[in-house]
Amino acid sequence: MTVSLVLIVIMAVLFACGVYAMLERSLTRVLIGFLLLGNAANLLLLVVMGQPGAAPFYGTEGATSDPLPQALTLTAIVITFAVSAFLLALIYRSWQLGQADTFTDDEADIAVRERVLAAEAALDGEAEFLRDDAVTDFIGVETAPITVLGSRDFPGIVDDAPSDRPARRRPHGDGGDDT
Amino acid sequence: MTALVPLLATLPLLGAAIALIAGRHRRVQVGVSIVTLSLVLIIAAVLLYVVDTGGQPLAVSVGGWPVPFGIVLYVDRLAALLVVVSSIVLLAVLLFSVGQGAADGDDETPVSIFHPSYLILAAGIFTAFIAGDLFNLYVGFEILLVASYVLITLGSTESRIRTGVVYIVVSLVSSILFLAAIAMIYGALGTVNMVQISERMAQLPPDTQLLLHLMLLLAFSIKAAVFPLSFWLPDSYPTAPAPVTAVFAGLLTKVGVYALIRTETQLFSDSDVNLLLMIVALATMIVGVLGAVAQAELKRILSFTLVSHVGYMVFGLAIATPAAIGATIYYMVHHIVVQTTLFLAIGLVERRAGSTSILRVTGLMRAAPVIAVLYFIPAINLGGLPPFSGFIGKFALFEAAAEVGTPIMMVLIVGGIVTSLLTLYALMRAWNLSFWREEEDSTETETESRISYLGSAPAAGVKTERRAIPSIMTMTTAGMVAVTVALTIFAGPLYDVCARIGASLLEPVSLTQLQEEIGQ
Repeated sequence: MTVSLVLIVIMAVLFACGVYAMLERSLTRVLIGFLLLGNAANLLLLVVMGQPGAAPFYGTEGATSDPLPQALTLTAIVITFAVSAFLLALIYRSWQLGQADTFTDDEADIAVRERVLAAEAALDGEAEFLRDDAVTDFIGVETAPITVLGSRDFPGIVDDAPSDRPARRRPHGDGGDDT
Repeated sequence: MTALVPLLATLPLLGAAIALIAGRHRRVQVGVSIVTLSLVLIIAAVLLYVVDTGGQPLAVSVGGWPVPFGIVLYVDRLAALLVVVSSIVLLAVLLFSVGQGAADGDDETPVSIFHPSYLILAAGIFTAFIAGDLFNLYVGFEILLVASYVLITLGSTESRIRTGVVYIVVSLVSSILFLAAIAMIYGALGTVNMVQISERMAQLPPDTQLLLHLMLLLAFSIKAAVFPLSFWLPDSYPTAPAPVTAVFAGLLTKVGVYALIRTETQLFSDSDVNLLLMIVALATMIVGVLGAVAQAELKRILSFTLVSHVGYMVFGLAIATPAAIGATIYYMVHHIVVQTTLFLAIGLVERRAGSTSILRVTGLMRAAPVIAVLYFIPAINLGGLPPFSGFIGKFALFEAAAEVGTPIMMVLIVGGIVTSLLTLYALMRAWNLSFWREEEDSTETETESRISYLGSAPAAGVKTERRAIPSIMTMTTAGMVAVTVALTIFAGPLYDVCARIGASLLEPVSLTQLQEEIGQ
């Protein structure tokens, strides 16, 4: 089986760039990283197909391509497409909620860290709590395509998303087993 | 009988389509979901009976392609048993969520997409269990993952988006790894059919085998939440709605464990990474349970015990004797049911007390004795007290390990016992504080200092609204508790099935056998 070296090099570069982009906190960069990784995996499937350049099933004698990796690649492309669409919706929603598409730390993790730091501060008499600056593709850049207004300052922006906090108390309180 | 096999995957997809069309009619959606999952449960029970008594696995070639080329659906005892258990769990959680939805009305969560996503999740789980080739397993994983992305961000509130991102990004990475591993395996062996892979694997040089093996292990370990690839789980599960968390905790990691079982027993029977698996299993058990001890919030405690108990299953896989594999499968069935039941019980606590922080919730023993019982039975079961199924599963695992008797086995047995005791400690600490403690102890002045120190888990402080508990939610949870007790009462027959699975998994199936089975 002869394999094109160019394809392998491109695949390796795509994998490397994809992993690098996915390590970012900005969701948009995560999406770009995911797309690169998906295409790298598809290229890997094409590399293992063997002899490139011939048609599957109908190729001339001795020069037919293996059709199975092509079927696998097509399926993988469809899955990547669907997941990218979902990620875009997620990025949009994340921006709608917080005017940023960055990923923040877990609240409980912060609580644990603060607890430990507070305990250490009690021992050492000093505590320094540092938080990384957020990196986003939407705000903080002078050339940002979208002007961000605080939703609470601007009556036109209404957060109409359903909340998991109950809107009102239910009048018929006690049911089930607790009576 | 083989005609029933594709229905396991197609029925839930069909049900999802109908439920999506009937998005405005909640009663129709509920009816379709319940009927679909009940049908799957019946079919799976029939298949389990046929496969177990006949002793031969059922195989179907989709679309009539010759065997190594087309998609093969393959139902052996393991697949049939897991489909039965998961459809019971899915059905129970569905009833629980129907009760919750009926009480809360439509205004809080977009219920119209809940049922279709839930059925697609079920279809993905069943597809993964009955997949006969690696790529179909990948497709099954993707179906269930995409459905789970929707379910974990349901309602798209800020906290759910944040935790959903953790889950989604980690899952994406593991899926890409899995796909790359499949491509590598195809490049090395020229097939993705599991039976053919196991036949041809012996021809590969050992280092290539090891590389492929480790790639698959890495991909599946992320999904199964095996240390050190488990940190995403306690971060992402607790914020989802209670029924979603319950079904994720019970089933999604177990699909990863199932894939690990197939990898270890069927695909790579020659390549030996058992020592690595043992170290990883020990670390998973200990680190997971220490996390549970440190937490002050019920859902997080349970998420950490979930991680730690995956370690037992990896332990069983690492022993790699037929008895150990059988014990692993029994433990897996036990854990699916018990973990789901506990999360459902916590869902009841959350509605009754308006919080899941064990420092805030008090006096439930007196205020809601039924919920207390529904928490207590699965809790001591998970902690491994005799005579419950958790004890039987752990005992069987330790016995299989003791038969091997090497020093590292003894270390692992001690680690397993310590983990079991610490699980019991974490769950009983929650019991003492939230159920046993009298209500008057909880006045703010008295516990304020403790809360400010320990109870600063912020999720606890957000929701303090008490909500009504419809009787269907209590009934469903009670039903699941009855199932956990049934696992103990009928442990003999169930354990026999698991032992037969363990024995048959380590016997390789040849391609000609598979072809005969399909009739080619």
